Amino acid sequence: MPLCFQSRPTLVAYVTCGDPDLATTREIVLAAVEAGAGVIELGVPFSDPLADGPVIQRASERALRAGTTLEQVLTLAREIRRRSQVGLIIFSYLNPILRMGLTRFCNQAEEAGVDGALVTDLPVEEADEYLREMRMRRLATVFLAAPTSTDQRLRQIAKVCSGFLYAVSRTGVTGAQQQLRDDARTLVSRLRKFSKLPVAVGFGISTPEQFAAVGEFADGAVVGSALVHTIERNPGKEPESVAQFIRELLVIGRRSSVLSARS
Amino acid sequence: MTGKSHKAQTPGRFGVYGGRYVPETLMAALEELEREYGKAKRDPEFKQQLEDLFRNYAGRPTPLFLARRLTEKLGGAKVYLKREDLLHTGAHKINNCLGQALLVERMGKHRVIAETGAGQHGVATATVCALFGFECVVYMGTEDMRRQELNVFRMRLLGAEVRGVDSGSRTLKDAINEAMRDWVTNVRTTHYLLGSVLGAHPYPTMVRDFHAVIGREARAQILKAEGKLPTAIIACVGGGSNSIGIFHHFLKDKKVQLVGVEAGGRGERLGEHAARFHGGKPGVLHGTYSYVLQDDAGQIATTHSVSAGLDYPSIGPEHAWLKDTSRAQYVAASDREALAACTLLAQTEGIIPALESAHAVADCVKRAPQMKKSEIVIVNVSGRGDKDMGILRENLKNC
Repeated sequence: MPLCFQSRPTLVAYVTCGDPDLATTREIVLAAVEAGAGVIELGVPFSDPLADGPVIQRASERALRAGTTLEQVLTLAREIRRRSQVGLIIFSYLNPILRMGLTRFCNQAEEAGVDGALVTDLPVEEADEYLREMRMRRLATVFLAAPTSTDQRLRQIAKVCSGFLYAVSRTGVTGAQQQLRDDARTLVSRLRKFSKLPVAVGFGISTPEQFAAVGEFADGAVVGSALVHTIERNPGKEPESVAQFIRELLVIGRRSSVLSARS
Repeated sequence: MTGKSHKAQTPGRFGVYGGRYVPETLMAALEELEREYGKAKRDPEFKQQLEDLFRNYAGRPTPLFLARRLTEKLGGAKVYLKREDLLHTGAHKINNCLGQALLVERMGKHRVIAETGAGQHGVATATVCALFGFECVVYMGTEDMRRQELNVFRMRLLGAEVRGVDSGSRTLKDAINEAMRDWVTNVRTTHYLLGSVLGAHPYPTMVRDFHAVIGREARAQILKAEGKLPTAIIACVGGGSNSIGIFHHFLKDKKVQLVGVEAGGRGERLGEHAARFHGGKPGVLHGTYSYVLQDDAGQIATTHSVSAGLDYPSIGPEHAWLKDTSRAQYVAASDREALAACTLLAQTEGIIPALESAHAVADCVKRAPQMKKSEIVIVNVSGRGDKDMGILRENLKNC
């Protein structure tokens, strides 16, 4: 049962695959798991990442310059699976998947031992074929829920989502922010009305304090841009830097979460 | 997901094409826009307001002009020009901007964002924002800002903020990415005034409806002037708004050939042109399923055209449907052909077309001589060439 959210909050770590190269991504992921990440989102670089802020845009550009493709990301997933039982989610824009072919993508994801996928620009209305193909192979279909989603939409999302629900903390693109707004807490409590699945909150979580704050009301916290930024700033020692970042996040984040739970 | 199960009449779908492929954060805004547009369409007051703006602000109807000297020179079909270049702001783009501005007012939003390639849609957006008192931000690739310097100044003069986009190919595609990032951040207060028949539903349908006035007028005008329908209608296709605008009211006239002209650029290799139907494959970009120029891994290709307004790797989903069903045919004209056509129209009729529209003229130059003198062709001159003086001067050194 790899997609598990036992520790609270579980760290869901996002990396852009192929930044700076696929071999390094593999080492980064293994180091992240070792340091305590519970679920890994393997980001597929895309030429037009319109839901992403500057940090992930730059990482995508570097990964694409290195020639990274979706097929290679799936091969990478297989390698990671051989060495770790961590939860693995493919995080992609739709077009690379369409170009590969939906059936072929699902087959290869299953063979690689991936647990599921999240497709940023695929809302539930357009997902019939995708859901069919994924479910046939028992792959989890994670969808985004946004602060702007109506209750009717949240109900629909909860119905087709599996694995966990990804609550977008705010309107906006990915990237760090100073303060977490009430949007996230409100959205998670609205989601709980419609689903018993674990809820992970993402977008804009970069500090132990934010991580701890999310832990008060959600099962998981997604950290993406902050990790990608760490990778960008530490050429040549990416895995160690990421591991260190995660250890600090978890130690301080979970301690303050426990403290605030007691108070 | 690629719409195989959808029928052509499903709202937002044109055959298998179209749909709504955006991050969840934008879905509620698209649903609101669809609802508001649906209400407006049924409201006679909306229709009247729009018609009033068309007539008294934009300068509709535009003339259908018989180009006698061009006809004589080409020696075949009689050539008529639909003069969208005479509209306020210098291109057809104002039709859509006025329609959407009325919707923004109805939705109670006060901030408008837009993307622009050639700058024509940016200028039209800045114009309606000044007219309605909206805050206006226009995203434009820095390469396009260089190519269309004059339009950047016009937008600023009209009170808009122009934000340069430095990512990717620094053209229209990247401007749309950045506009969508702004929208996803400010969606509660902001309307995205998308400038072509692209993007997620309801944009392709709504933008088409606002431009359908072009074909409605042209059809009545040609019947009045000639007592019969034309053999062919030619229009350039970037995203495809002016072409769908003139095609729409002729779709049921099966004998009228509809010709869309894409940018052939400077070569046939991927990256050297923007001819989506000559090398593109179905895929999803900017919220819609259509033909997209892309590589084998599904990464979007860069494009090239001398005209910034055609320099885009995807095409409106309705065009993809018209292409697959053979109701319209799509050809390409190269940079060089467009530049030559621009000069030709300037010197035979005293009309300097926008470089985008010059692609349609270029196809007419090839097509009309093959046709009988009794036949008629209408070319949509979607915009005027004033904005292109810099690039024309660069490219036509012996002029």
